[in-house]
Amino acid sequence: MELLAFGDTGWGDELFYATLMTIAVSITAMLIGFSFAAIFTPLKLSKYKFLNLTANIYTTVIRGVPELLVIYLFFFGGSGAIMFVASMFGYNEYIEINAFVTGSFAIGIISGAYSTEVFRGAIQSIDKGQFEAAKVLGFSKFKQFYKIILPQMLRLAIPNLSNVWQITLKDTSLISVTGLVEIMRQSYIAAGSTRDPLFFYSFAAVLYLLLTFLSMKLINRLETKYSKGY
Amino acid sequence: MDFELMANSLPKLLGATVITLKLLSVSLIIGLFIGLVFAILRLNKNIFLNKFAYGYSYVFRGTPLLVQIFIIYFGLGQIEYFRSTFLWVIFKEPYWCAIIAFALNTGAYTSEILRSAFQTINPGFIEAGKSLGISNKIIFYKIQIPIAIRQSLPAYGNEIILMMKGTSLASTVTLMDLTGVAKYIISTTFKPIEIFVVAGSIYLFMTFIIHNFIKFLEKKYSVS
Repeated sequence: MELLAFGDTGWGDELFYATLMTIAVSITAMLIGFSFAAIFTPLKLSKYKFLNLTANIYTTVIRGVPELLVIYLFFFGGSGAIMFVASMFGYNEYIEINAFVTGSFAIGIISGAYSTEVFRGAIQSIDKGQFEAAKVLGFSKFKQFYKIILPQMLRLAIPNLSNVWQITLKDTSLISVTGLVEIMRQSYIAAGSTRDPLFFYSFAAVLYLLLTFLSMKLINRLETKYSKGY
Repeated sequence: MDFELMANSLPKLLGATVITLKLLSVSLIIGLFIGLVFAILRLNKNIFLNKFAYGYSYVFRGTPLLVQIFIIYFGLGQIEYFRSTFLWVIFKEPYWCAIIAFALNTGAYTSEILRSAFQTINPGFIEAGKSLGISNKIIFYKIQIPIAIRQSLPAYGNEIILMMKGTSLASTVTLMDLTGVAKYIISTTFKPIEIFVVAGSIYLFMTFIIHNFIKFLEKKYSVS
């Protein structure tokens, strides 16, 4: 227990901040994922073959390739790509991107592929009559989406989005390979310096369990809130 | 794009694919067995066994695979007593540690897939079996298990693909699987995109094969 003490003697405060980091990365990645989904879901449902294909390539590649490989691509390739873009604007200095940004972006792209599939499924399972009714009532395209389709889509998507959240939360453990100090990395450091890997990795497992448990409780509450009308 | 590097790295990456496939197949076989046992425990009326199986799947599904591998590979070796038992022969090898972690992980997911398959079997089938005077044991083996396997095929196919991606974590415990070799080449050549394309294509190809194989099985064993 003294290993977990707060302050200089134990690892309690370090692990506490690492947990906050895991939460921060997960939420950022989830939001980046949503923005990717906001772009690719319409492409998936579009009637143009080319747009369909683009979105399908995105979701298939990301869901068929290991997360770790995607993270390595971003970790090793991220600053190179940014420097390449910057050099086109005449900036030739070395640019190093922060591990938080690389990590959240890599996990965000992965999470986005799953979210895209969830949103696509949710929109497709909305009753066709809803679209027609909205059109007949003379809603503008914008209003049709925001007032009629979106609320129904969210309700249908929440249970599956909670799965995406769990996947994203667990995937953040992989960012530890890039050196970002989240739960896994902190446990690795603590295990190395105390020579007690069993304790620290088990404690990391407990922290992850706690996070998944608490987030499930929260999501369940959201689910009941949004399915009130049914 | 450095096409020469891509061509040169292909044989190395294909060689590493063999290790990935070995890890995948061995852990899937063990995991399927674990999954079946725990699915049956979940359906058991004994509350203790039931809770035990639920706890197992909850813990393994609620924590990252990376933590599980690290506990097994780095953690277990710390216990003095454990190192003196014959099990140490297995647990000192990163290869077996990875397989044990993967098998326990996929076993937890498989048990959930099979449990829901068992629970969604139309009770009429079991009643029909009973009224024909077939013993409970034979109903279980000849009616429930085949139907459950057919029901769980699509979900199990997804699980195989997830597990294939999961094997990439073997590279964190020094194994040179496809991702491990890809990372090694990337870190020596600093050409991440080229290597990602080659290694990613190999993974996608495997995903494609698994996906179609499961589709084929689904068609073959479809009821209608």
